[in-house]
Amino acid sequence: MLKIEGLKVNVEGKEILHGIDLEVPEGKVVTLMGPNGSGKTTLIMTIMGFSGYEVTSGRIIFKGRDITHLPVHERAKMGIGLAFQRPPVIRGVKTRQIVEIAASVRGKEVDPYELAQEVNMEEFLDREVNLGFSGGEMKRSEILQLMAMDPDLLLLDEPESGVDLESIGLLGRAINKILGRNIEPVEGKSIKELKAARKKSALIITHTGHILNYIDADIGYVLIKGRIVCSGNPLEILRTIEKYGYKECERCL
Amino acid sequence: MSVKKIELEKIGIDQEEKERAGSYMQVDSGVLRCTVKQEGVEIYPTREALETLSDAKNYLWNALEKDDSLGDFSNGYFIVVRKGVKPLFPVQACLLIEEEEKQHVHNIIVVEEDAELNVITGCASVPQRGKHIGISEFYVKKGGKLHFTMIHMWGREVEVLPKTAVVVEEGGVFISDYICLHPAAKIKAYPTVYLNGRGATARLQSITVSTPGSYIDLGNRVYLKEAETRAEIISRSVCFGGTIIARGHLIGEYPGVKAHLECKGLLLSDKGVMHAIPELEGRAKDLEMSHEAAVGKIAKEEIEYLMARGLSEDEAVATIVRGFLNVDIIGIPEALKRELDKIIEMSDSAM
Repeated sequence: MLKIEGLKVNVEGKEILHGIDLEVPEGKVVTLMGPNGSGKTTLIMTIMGFSGYEVTSGRIIFKGRDITHLPVHERAKMGIGLAFQRPPVIRGVKTRQIVEIAASVRGKEVDPYELAQEVNMEEFLDREVNLGFSGGEMKRSEILQLMAMDPDLLLLDEPESGVDLESIGLLGRAINKILGRNIEPVEGKSIKELKAARKKSALIITHTGHILNYIDADIGYVLIKGRIVCSGNPLEILRTIEKYGYKECERCL
Repeated sequence: MSVKKIELEKIGIDQEEKERAGSYMQVDSGVLRCTVKQEGVEIYPTREALETLSDAKNYLWNALEKDDSLGDFSNGYFIVVRKGVKPLFPVQACLLIEEEEKQHVHNIIVVEEDAELNVITGCASVPQRGKHIGISEFYVKKGGKLHFTMIHMWGREVEVLPKTAVVVEEGGVFISDYICLHPAAKIKAYPTVYLNGRGATARLQSITVSTPGSYIDLGNRVYLKEAETRAEIISRSVCFGGTIIARGHLIGEYPGVKAHLECKGLLLSDKGVMHAIPELEGRAKDLEMSHEAAVGKIAKEEIEYLMARGLSEDEAVATIVRGFLNVDIIGIPEALKRELDKIIEMSDSAM
């Protein structure tokens, strides 16, 4: 689904990522952990193609196509959906409108109210985008927009930060739904078969790992000072970090 | 005379008068139409009103100080809504410049006690040149309400120099929506509202767009002269070039009055000038007056946020500009909304 090769990225002239290799296979959920300032958000913003993140070397391949220099909206149309950590306020534009926009550019038609019900956002549809939203409300608004986009690759930047436990559960369920992971056994197909048919992928930045209580991740990466120091079982990585801190990870630099 | 050359619906004028309480239409200095469809509403050409109505002259040069330098006016509308009358539909007034070099009108609106009136005024010109001088005096009596919507669509080299004063008595309400999307070469206006009675309120909104070559100097001024009076001034301007001066002036003369001024401008060209001048003047204790002024370009972060939802850069800019101008204007005609969208698409080339 997504392949990153030797990616080096400058922000304001300073190199933040020093050659990242990372892969998000089709149907898999990948976590990216790392201390503050390690470059996690830079990586996600670069995958989305925002200005200010200058790729000096390496490539980003999505669905087999080199998207390293594609404009942001083309990437969104191809099926990359980003949930912002701190989304901006758009005055005069209602949440309902942005939900409709997000769906229509992906060639879909949605009922904003129906989608909003799943993340308790019905009352926010007629409010201006992110205006006066609390941290948790912003997260739900972001997930609502992604539900409308129905992307093939989700980029989630700390989906649990600033959110109470109850809301994390709600967000987790909604994310699982986008990913097609709320699987129940059906006649004629086993859960195993259904799992094998999953196509949607996610790259999740998590600082605390709380979201892993709700979403089953398949692969974990650790990013330290702009370098990937290890990859492996995401829960095992989380337990190690919980126990020994990122200090232990720094030993692998 | 024909008025077909101008798309009247764009300035809020419904030629079939289906949902209108009455109409006044003047082309150059001639009165083309003056009809009333609602009992208790009276519409006259101002000259006629001064001859036939006994109290009409009391309203001439009363809210405004007489200015002889302007010379004689040709006509204008004189609209009265009688005590307690609340028409369902608005009155429309239309002032057009078609052939003459100069149009000079004197307009008067009187809303009597506990009456209500919604007036939609459209002003436009066929030629690209000309001069429009509009003197307007509005009177809102005790408990009355006037909602005045003015839509301007002038030719490129038309000079527009209106003078407006509004007097609001006890418990009266004055709401003004001004929309100017087709900027004239020069517009200079500073309407003044006097809240003279206890609890009188005023809300003034304006939406203006300037393009290269235009010079718009526009403001609203409100005097809060009595207890519990309230005022709100909101202006939104988008500058694609040319100059916009957005003024606002609140004068609190009674203790405890409340007023707010909001002046926001988007500057989308390096060659344009956007100058916000908000003024607050307190002349009594315990008053609450505030202002919020901002001039700026569109934040890159907002554009990219919308791009991450799949909009191209141009589409994102247009969406943000449309949102910026989206102060809730009541009764903005559909045709004008479409026009608003077209103007906003200009932002593509201005970026």
